[in-house]
Amino acid sequence: MLEIKNLSIDFGGIRALSGVDLTVRENEILSIIGPNGSGKTTMFNCLTGIYRPGSGEMRFRGESLLGLSPDRIARRGIARTFQNLRLFMNMSVLDNLMLGRHIHFRKNIAAAFLRLRREELRHREKVEEIIDFLDLQAYRKARVADCPYGVQKRIEMGRALALEPRLLLLDEPISGLTAEEKEEAAYRIMEIRGRYKVAIMLVEHDLKIASRLADAMIAFSYGQKIASGLPEDVQRNEEVIRAYVGDE
Amino acid sequence: MEKFFQYVISGLSTGSVYALVALGIVIIYRSTRILNFAHGDMATAGTFFAFTLLGMNIVPALSFPLALLFGAALAMLFYFFILIPAQRRSVTGLGQIILTVGLSLILQGAIAYLCGTDTKSLDFPLSDSKLWNFRGVVISELNLGTLVISLVAAILLYLLVQKTRLGLAMRATSENLPAAQTLGIPTRMVLSLSWGLAAAFSVLAGLFLAPALLLDPFFMLEPFLKGFAAAVLGGLQSLPGAIVGALILGVAESLAGGYITIAFKNTLAFLIIIVVLLFRPEGLLGKEFKERV
Repeated sequence: MLEIKNLSIDFGGIRALSGVDLTVRENEILSIIGPNGSGKTTMFNCLTGIYRPGSGEMRFRGESLLGLSPDRIARRGIARTFQNLRLFMNMSVLDNLMLGRHIHFRKNIAAAFLRLRREELRHREKVEEIIDFLDLQAYRKARVADCPYGVQKRIEMGRALALEPRLLLLDEPISGLTAEEKEEAAYRIMEIRGRYKVAIMLVEHDLKIASRLADAMIAFSYGQKIASGLPEDVQRNEEVIRAYVGDE
Repeated sequence: MEKFFQYVISGLSTGSVYALVALGIVIIYRSTRILNFAHGDMATAGTFFAFTLLGMNIVPALSFPLALLFGAALAMLFYFFILIPAQRRSVTGLGQIILTVGLSLILQGAIAYLCGTDTKSLDFPLSDSKLWNFRGVVISELNLGTLVISLVAAILLYLLVQKTRLGLAMRATSENLPAAQTLGIPTRMVLSLSWGLAAAFSVLAGLFLAPALLLDPFFMLEPFLKGFAAAVLGGLQSLPGAIVGALILGVAESLAGGYITIAFKNTLAFLIIIVVLLFRPEGLLGKEFKERV
């Protein structure tokens, strides 16, 4: 459902991605691994329209994503979380999740002003379901800035789910969590796939969890794809080991 | 004591006009981090538009709303065709502020060219010589109308920002633009609406000031500076702050004019700012800026 061909992007002479190919199938979890600065997040930023790739093609469900603005891409069904949380810190948890519903509200000016009751309720139901799923009941009305870090990570995931995406991009969803929270988060990611029927692309440094979750894995180094395939194989790939450990 | 109340009442009325200007400045600053130096001139343009329509015998009930729309359209065009291309070429924040200074001068020139620099008087439906007497405190029909309209406008703005989906999108966009974008909010549209809304507020202020001040291409300069002062006083980021700041400024001016000297009236605004900023740099209702290290 997602096909990327020969994707490249430069930042003032530095090649952040060069000739990357990858595909994501329906309902698949793809893990992307690689050392810091190898282009994983850049890949996400290209996919969500924050960066414009210099060359290459990205097709999502048959249509090109090139040149689309971030909000258009969100409407096509791609949602994401950020490595260092981008939440609306001064709003309540509920408002953050409701903002995730934005694209599903009816598009007309009267409705934008009037917050129609019935429609509002329908969206509230969806949001409440996500709140239950992510165990956020206790924080519904709390200001996001007052929530602990682990909870904030869940809120961001919930906000992305509220878009009802076809493809979910998770940028280090378990980094910075306690060991216990990590296990929980990993379990939730598996659940999300089953429950919401989405494909997931996952950037993660914790190789153990990344490979346990993934159906497929690719590895980046210096902006290039150096390996792809089953998680076990990718982890045993010599180039991958060299990229992580360095040359002997 | 009656005299005191008299000064307070007329101060509140002036203050409420400053509030309309200040709200616009805050809306624009909060959403796009730009201080709009063309704010007063957008109001002037809108007011002159109303003046022209009235000259064509169009009733105020129609020409005033059209003037608000005209001001809003002007601001949105500026945002779409000048600021966005500038941002694409990565013009700095300061550069964008200078662009608004440019817009201000262009508007002044255009108005002077099209309408002349002589002073005109706007036929306003409310009169400032018809007086209402509340137990010795006198208020003119115009001042009362100004107070009421500003109050209504402020309440509508509150409802818009806090209770509607558009308001939620506006708050989200001003708090975290990239996050709002990835949620599918058309942020440019939302920001241009903020500009339009702000301009409509300033035109409203212009319309209510015109009967008292007489119309010329520069008549909004002083109210703009006062509105700006009020916005700074309120913390530049806070909508309630802008209103409180404007009312304080209006009343203080009126009291100073009444008890000290009229000559001191305009200086006072900036004296207050200096004092407030020395003791509370974040403004009266602004959030204290403390970064955790």
